[in-house]
Amino acid sequence: MALNAQRRNLGRSAVFAMMASLTAFALPQVAHAEYADVVINNYADAAGMRPVVFPHWFHRVRFRCKVCHADLGFQFKAGGNKINMAKIIDGQFCGACHNGEIAWSVENCGMCHSGIPGTPTHFHGSTVQRLIAPTYKALEKPADKK
Amino acid sequence: MSYKAHARWLTALVTMLIAVPAWSSEVQQPAQPAAAVWSSFTDQGSVFAAISESEVIRLADVSSANVFNQNLKKHESNLAPPEDGIHDSNNEATFALQPPKVAFKGLPETTFGNQVDWVKSIDQKALAPRWDRVNPDEEPFVLDMDIVRPVKASMPDVVFPHRQHTEWLACSNCHPAIFIPQKGANQISMSAILLGEKCGVCHGKVSFPIETKTCKKCHSKPKPDDWKPPLSSATTNNPWK
Repeated sequence: MALNAQRRNLGRSAVFAMMASLTAFALPQVAHAEYADVVINNYADAAGMRPVVFPHWFHRVRFRCKVCHADLGFQFKAGGNKINMAKIIDGQFCGACHNGEIAWSVENCGMCHSGIPGTPTHFHGSTVQRLIAPTYKALEKPADKK
Repeated sequence: MSYKAHARWLTALVTMLIAVPAWSSEVQQPAQPAAAVWSSFTDQGSVFAAISESEVIRLADVSSANVFNQNLKKHESNLAPPEDGIHDSNNEATFALQPPKVAFKGLPETTFGNQVDWVKSIDQKALAPRWDRVNPDEEPFVLDMDIVRPVKASMPDVVFPHRQHTEWLACSNCHPAIFIPQKGANQISMSAILLGEKCGVCHGKVSFPIETKTCKKCHSKPKPDDWKPPLSSATTNNPWK
């Protein structure tokens, strides 16, 4: 009887451990993309396009923060600018440079729309992301063991 | 009855309350589950099953703490877009994107964030990012003014350097929306920063991250020699002192 109970406990905790490991590996911090890459998926998935991956590092090498965040009016918030293609071809946001003059033009869809489908809007590798994903949760005992 | 005798009775009662359930749970639930957690995380589960039961438990107690610690894993940094985990490798254009390592060649290194010291890159003229969208000759308006913010606790005081910030940003990026340009008008705490307010609007997201390695980048001014930590009111008003 005692042995049976032990085996049952063992099985339960193995299932729990599998669930815990799945949770741990599903967290965004496991992807190792570049720090400060922004995935923007306000509308892309719904429109059947891959989400946009914006590499901060690539743009920072060429322009100071002020150019986009003061002159072009980009808010300091991932997904907070409600950018869409209509605004871009009107010369707003990305379209201020991605117009074939300063940078390549909008016909190169896949250069921006290059994210894995289903990835939510987020800052890659941000401290906030690390705070809401506490790995120590996985060590907690399951509810049926008190 | 005296105050001290009360305390003795209370201690004895609490000890009993803690000891009884601990003993009963020991009998009903051996430490087996921890061993199962450990073996399910390794490919060598069968090896551990062959070892005697007491040995398995001892191993599990020591090792399971490390199994869950993601921070101990060393990930390769600056991966090319097709391998980085957020770009879609089924997208042809992903392979046309510049890999970060190519762009970062020759830039001063750090051990956090992008592994690049962006401020030093400008100081050393290894980088010359434009200040204006179209005019490459326009120069930034650099303000060389340090702001010292005393810190209540034992951490060194914070020195905010305007110079490094105005190399990259315009005044209007921070003032007055994020920081009111007036002494004593801004309440800043690490919890606010960690949650993405104040300095955390950029730090922890795009500029250097907030981790142990970077504390001293801001907390850089040592406390004066005669500084003593302030005592909490729980200490000063402690009735059991």
